[in-house]
Amino acid sequence: MSVDPHAAAHGHGEIEMPHASMRDYVIGFVLSVVLTAIPFWLVMTMPLSAGATGAIIMGFAVVQIVVHMVYFLHMTPKAEGGWSLTSLIFTVIVVVIMLAGSLWVMHHLNTNMMPMPHEPTSQTAGQVP
Amino acid sequence: MTIPHPAPETGPFLGKLSLDALPLHEPILVVTFIGVVLGGIAVLGLITKFRLWGYLWTEWFTTVDHKRIGIMYMILGLIMFLRGFADAIMMRLQQAMAFGGSEGYLTPHHYDQVFTAHGVIMIFFVAMPFITGLMNYIVPLQIGARDVSFPFLNNFSFWMTTSGAVLTMISLFVGEYAQTGWLAYPPLSGIAYSPNVGVDYYIWGLQIAGVGTTLSGINLIVTILKLRAPGMGLMKMPVFTWTSLCSNILIVASFPILTATLVLLSLDRYVGTNFFTNDLGGSPMMYVNLIWIWGHPEVYILILPLFGVFSEVTSTFSGKRLFGYTSMVYATICITILSYLVWLHHFFTMGSGASVNSFFGITTMVISIPTGAKLFNWLFTMYRGRIRYELPMMWTIAFMLTFVIGGMTGVLLAVPPADFVLHNSLFLIAHFHNVIIGGVLFGLFAAINYWWPKAFGYKLDVFWGKISFWCWVVGFWVAFTPLYILGLMGVTRRMRVFDDPSLQIWFVIAGIGALIVAAGIGAMLVQFAVSIWRRKELRDETGGDPWGGRTLEWATSSPPPDYNFAFTPVIHDLDAWYDMKKRGHQRPVSGYRDIHMPSNTGAGMILSGFCLVMGFALVWHIWWLVAVSFVATIAGAIIHTFNYKRDFHISAATVTAVEDARTRQLAAGA
Repeated sequence: MSVDPHAAAHGHGEIEMPHASMRDYVIGFVLSVVLTAIPFWLVMTMPLSAGATGAIIMGFAVVQIVVHMVYFLHMTPKAEGGWSLTSLIFTVIVVVIMLAGSLWVMHHLNTNMMPMPHEPTSQTAGQVP
Repeated sequence: MTIPHPAPETGPFLGKLSLDALPLHEPILVVTFIGVVLGGIAVLGLITKFRLWGYLWTEWFTTVDHKRIGIMYMILGLIMFLRGFADAIMMRLQQAMAFGGSEGYLTPHHYDQVFTAHGVIMIFFVAMPFITGLMNYIVPLQIGARDVSFPFLNNFSFWMTTSGAVLTMISLFVGEYAQTGWLAYPPLSGIAYSPNVGVDYYIWGLQIAGVGTTLSGINLIVTILKLRAPGMGLMKMPVFTWTSLCSNILIVASFPILTATLVLLSLDRYVGTNFFTNDLGGSPMMYVNLIWIWGHPEVYILILPLFGVFSEVTSTFSGKRLFGYTSMVYATICITILSYLVWLHHFFTMGSGASVNSFFGITTMVISIPTGAKLFNWLFTMYRGRIRYELPMMWTIAFMLTFVIGGMTGVLLAVPPADFVLHNSLFLIAHFHNVIIGGVLFGLFAAINYWWPKAFGYKLDVFWGKISFWCWVVGFWVAFTPLYILGLMGVTRRMRVFDDPSLQIWFVIAGIGALIVAAGIGAMLVQFAVSIWRRKELRDETGGDPWGGRTLEWATSSPPPDYNFAFTPVIHDLDAWYDMKKRGHQRPVSGYRDIHMPSNTGAGMILSGFCLVMGFALVWHIWWLVAVSFVATIAGAIIHTFNYKRDFHISAATVTAVEDARTRQLAAGA
C-alpha cells in the first residue's frame, strides 16, 4: 500500500535528460551565424526589393528559432518524457492563434475605419487637454 | 469638465510626490484613513502585546510550507474582498441617490476611481489570491506530495502578489487610483488624458502581482507533472488537480501578454512612444485587442479550479464516483484551448467586419458545449446518489442554478447583433457578476466550507453558514436582476448620475440586494469567528475525514503534518482514498524515516518589499529610489543564491512522535 519515500522518488521511471555535446553546440553556433549573416547582408546591400527582403528575413528568423531549440535547448520529441514537445505544441498553437487572430482582427478594424485626413483638422486638433 | 489636478511639478528628490498628493479634501477618504490608521495601530499593538512578531515571522511570513502559504493567500483575498465590496456598496449607494438633479455623494473624480478599483481589486487581488491559495493548499495533498516543486518560489510569489495589493491600497491615501475602468483602455489611460499617477499605480500594481501569479503558475504546473504519487497517472488525477493544471497552463500562457501590453502602455506614458496613441501610427484598438487576448483566458483561469471544486463536492456529498470523469477532463482541456479563440466577443462593436464577428460569436457559443457537458456530469453524479445537503453541497447547487442563468445570458451576448444593443450596458454587468459571483465566489465558499476541516481540524459552524448562504443567494438575485432589466432598457455601465426618474426604483432595489449580500458577508465573518471560538465542540472526530471523502487529502490528519504524508501513498484508483478505505487500508504505524524538507527563508518577503518600493518610486517618478531599489532587488536575488541552508531533515523520532499521536487520536475516535 505504501512505499518507502526514498525509493518512491525514483518510482516514476527514468526520464531521459538532454545530452549536450561539443559537436551540437558547434553546429548550432555555425548555423546561427550563417542564418544571421545572410539577412544582415541582404539588408546592407539590398539586392532585393524591400518586401522580398522582409519576407526572407522572417523566414530565416523562423529557421533560427528551430536551430536554437534543437541545438541549444536540446529539444527532441523524447526530451523530458515528451513534455517539452507537448508544451512546445501548446505554445505554438497559442502564439499562432494570437498572431493570426490579431492580424485578422486589426486588418478588419483598419479597413472599416472611416477615412481619416492625414493632417489633423480643426476638429481633432487641440482636443488634448 | 476640468482635470481635477494639474500634473504636478517633478522634483529631483521626491519626484511628483508632494503634500498635495494626500487627498485631504475628500472627507470620505480622510475618515477611512483615520479608521485604517487606528485599526492598524490596534492590530500592531495586539501583536506586540502578545509577542507574536517572532511567531509570525518564523512560522508564517518566511514559511515555504504550501499549506501556510495557501492560508496566507486566502487571508489576503479576504481582506481585499472587504475593500472591493466597500467599493461596490459605495457605487450602489451613489447610483440609488443620484436622480432628479441630485449629484449623489461622490464626485466624478472619486466615483471613477471607485469603479476602477472595484474591478481591479475583485479580479486581481480577490479572485486570484483565493484560487491560488486554494490550489496551493489542496493540490499537493491531492497528489500525495510533500510540498510544491519550488517552495521558495512559492513564498516569493505570495509576497509579490501581496506587494501588488499593497501598492494598489497605497493609492487610496497617497495620490489617486486610475479613473479608466478596470482594463485601462487608451487613449483615456494615455498620458494625454490621464496625466496623474492613477494609471501608474494601476500598471505597477498589476505588474508586480503579475510576476507572482506567473511564477506560482509555473510552480503548480511542475508540481502536478512531477510530484504525483506513484501510480497516479494523468487519468487518475483528481478532477480538482486536473482543472488546476489547466488553469495554471492558462496563467503561464496568458499573463505574459498582459505584462507585455502593460509594458507598451507604460512606454507610452513614461517615454513618449506611440503604441496606443491616436497619433504617429499608434492604435488604441491594438491595446483592446491585446488586453482581451489575456482577459478572456483570465476568466477561465478563475472558473476552472472551481469547476474542479464542484466535481469533488458533488461526488463526495452524493456518495458516488464522479459521473463521466474522462469527459470532465476532456471538457476542461477543450475549454482551455477554446478560451483562446473567443476574445473578440468583448469588442464586437469596435468595428470588425461581419466575418470576424460571426467567427468569434460562433466560437463563443461553442464554448458553452463543454461547459454544459460538465453540468450534466454533475447532475448525473447526483442522480440516484445519497445526497447530503451540507454547506458545500448547498453552495454547489446554488452555483448550478445561478451559473446556468449567467451562462445563458452569456450566450445571448455572444450573438453579435444582440451585443450591439447590449454592449457596455448593465446587462453585461449583470451577466459577468452572475458568472463570477455565481461561479467563482460560490465555488470558493463551497471550497472553504469543504476544506476548512482539513486545514484546521474542525468544521465550520452550520447555523451561521446557512444564514450567510441564504443572504448571499437571495441578495445576489435582488442586486443583479434589476441590472439585467435596466440593461435591456439601455442603461449603460459606469454612470454617475441619471436623468430619467423612472429608473430610480431599480437602482434602489439593487442597493437593497447589495445590503443583503453585505449581511451575507457579515454572517460569513461571524461564521468564521464562531467556529474558531467553538473549535473544541466542532472538532472533527474522524481524525481527518469528516465528509467521507474520496481523494487523497482526506487520508492524512487535519491539519496535515508539515510533511503531509509520512509515507508516500501508492495509487491504484481514481478515487484513491475511497479505494484505500474500501480495501481495508491499514495505516502504517512504524518504520518511519527522516524526511527531507525545505527550510524557511525571509528572502521572498525582502525581495518583494524592494519591488514594492520600486513600484512606488516608479509611480511617483522618484528616479534615484527606482535605481536603488532595482539594484537592491537584483543584489538580494543574487545573495539569496548563496544561501546554502536550504533544507533540513525532520528526524524519524519527530515523525514517530507526530504519527503516534495521530494513532492514539484515531484509536480514541473509533
